[in-house]
Amino acid sequence: MIDVQHLTKWYGRTLAVDDISFHVEAGSVVGFLGPNGAGKSTTLRILTCFQPASSGSASVDGCDVFSQSVQVRRRIGYMPENVPLYPEMRVREYLRFRAALRGIPRSQRAVAIDKVLEDCWLSSPQDMSYRRLETLSRGYRQRVGLADCLLHDPPVLVLDEPTIGLDPAQVREMRNLVLNLGQKHTVILSSHILAEVEQVCKQIVIISSGKIVAQGTPRELRERVSGPGRLIVELRGAMAEQLARDVAAIPGVQAVEPAEAGEWCRLSVQSTEDVDVRVQVAAMAASKGYQLRELRREVASLEDFFVQITYEQSMRQAPVAL
Amino acid sequence: MKVLTLAKRELAAYFYSPMAYVIAALFLAMVGLIFLLGVHVPFLKISLEPVFRSGAESTLRPLFDVLAYGLVVVIPLLTMRVVSEEFRTGTIETLMTAPVTDAQVIGGKFLGAMILYVILLATTLVYFGLIAAFGQPDLGVAAIGYLGMLLLGGTYVAVGVFASTITRHQLVAGIIGIAILAFFTGGIYLLVLLVPPEQASAVSRLNMITYFSDFSKGVLDVRGVIFFVTLTAFFLFLSVKVLESRRWR
Ligand SMILES: Nc1ncnc2c1ncn2[C@@H]1O[C@H](COP(=O)(O)OP(=O)(O)OP(=O)(O)O)[C@@H](O)[C@H]1O
Ligand SMILES: [Mg+2]
Repeated sequence: MIDVQHLTKWYGRTLAVDDISFHVEAGSVVGFLGPNGAGKSTTLRILTCFQPASSGSASVDGCDVFSQSVQVRRRIGYMPENVPLYPEMRVREYLRFRAALRGIPRSQRAVAIDKVLEDCWLSSPQDMSYRRLETLSRGYRQRVGLADCLLHDPPVLVLDEPTIGLDPAQVREMRNLVLNLGQKHTVILSSHILAEVEQVCKQIVIISSGKIVAQGTPRELRERVSGPGRLIVELRGAMAEQLARDVAAIPGVQAVEPAEAGEWCRLSVQSTEDVDVRVQVAAMAASKGYQLRELRREVASLEDFFVQITYEQSMRQAPVAL
Repeated sequence: MKVLTLAKRELAAYFYSPMAYVIAALFLAMVGLIFLLGVHVPFLKISLEPVFRSGAESTLRPLFDVLAYGLVVVIPLLTMRVVSEEFRTGTIETLMTAPVTDAQVIGGKFLGAMILYVILLATTLVYFGLIAAFGQPDLGVAAIGYLGMLLLGGTYVAVGVFASTITRHQLVAGIIGIAILAFFTGGIYLLVLLVPPEQASAVSRLNMITYFSDFSKGVLDVRGVIFFVTLTAFFLFLSVKVLESRRWR
């Protein structure tokens, strides 16, 4: 549905997006994740034909964003980052204007507007359709922006930080809405918050300093995090050095670090890739008569992973930025 | 069709902002002053009898001649926000990601401002009615005068829209618009004095007022029509190009 090839964007001498490629299947929900200034909004702006790329290409539903821009724009509903709205218009008036711009036939406009007002909680519990846009709170502006995207029932939705500035209850509602939308539409959304993206997205693209640093399903990413086995073992029954030597003797174990010595000896065990040595450790402890109190695989959270790789990336970029 | 939609929104925005009312009041005051009291500024040696007085020729011509200069200020003030505001508030992003072309956007802005200008201009018909009640104005002359006002106003609006595409600061846009128009009206008189005499006639051909005064006299000159239409199209074309290029950076 969406295909991005070697996309690069320079703003003057700032490199905002650096050779990005990814592919999004029809009907999937993709989360675009990255720290501030990573280039998320820039990529989304290129996809929605607001700005052209410096090089590379992108297409939506087979239409090139540069040469077939009007066709692409017909297929996309886009909610920009700060949800810009005309302050003097009223909600319904604004949606009527947008419907006309989108070329929705006059006879279908009222129906389309009523539908999106309802879907975005603008008509109930409280009817907001005659409120002036400048008097709306952040959350309601967001809803109007979303209603605008859905107006022409586009196959692709591009939402730039749809949950920023919402209260927790609204965040949950927005998440459910996106999940719902994901059944019929292809959705790309950007966010800073991994936990949020993890719940709604089938595919996550992590971007930092304009580069893709990781992508995959939330599961794949989580597996990458736990990665090669790292075990925490707590034993007692011998001197710490002796215990470490015994654990190190198990086939598949690469390194053992005594993490804490006391009455109980805590070891951090690194094994070779895709070998789970937990069973062997337990068997060894039993055969030598050691007492085993803890034996677990250490799992870093996806959040840690995210912070770590984006941090590494920005450290690598730092000398260039100077 | 989309141009009409855009123009309608534009017009609604004018009527919502106090600026449009202030400018309309300025325009009406200006017209009323010229028509009923005349303009006397001894300091600048300007002395213009009121248009509406006994013994005067029954025509709006003096009014139009003064308005041609007055609108140099009024129209850029009216149009200064049309595009710059979209960039300042970011609504340009939602606008340009809807399936509309840059040309349609500029067309809508131009048409919206033009409609407002025509509404303002239409108020002078009241004065024409007064003249008609007390004298026998030549309808042909009046019609050509109004045509001249439309063509001149169209060019002014196009320049104003162009100025508004250049910058996100409204006031800067207004000043640029006034400066461009001042050049094409009064400025040319100065330029004519500066260039070598053999080029002077070519330069003075760029003067909007020269063409306009034919219309206000009641002379329909095709060259004048072509001049204004070309200049309007030229500035609208520039606006489209500037709008395109600004999104490209
Ligand atoms: N119009 C612009 N002119 C110049 N530089 C820009 C412009 N827009 C963005 N940038 C730069 O491009 C880089 C990427 O910006 P972008 O807005 O895409 O980041 P982002 O990932 O959306 O960040 P955030 O999470 O803060 O929204 C930043 O370094 C930013 O300063
Ligand atoms: Mg952003």
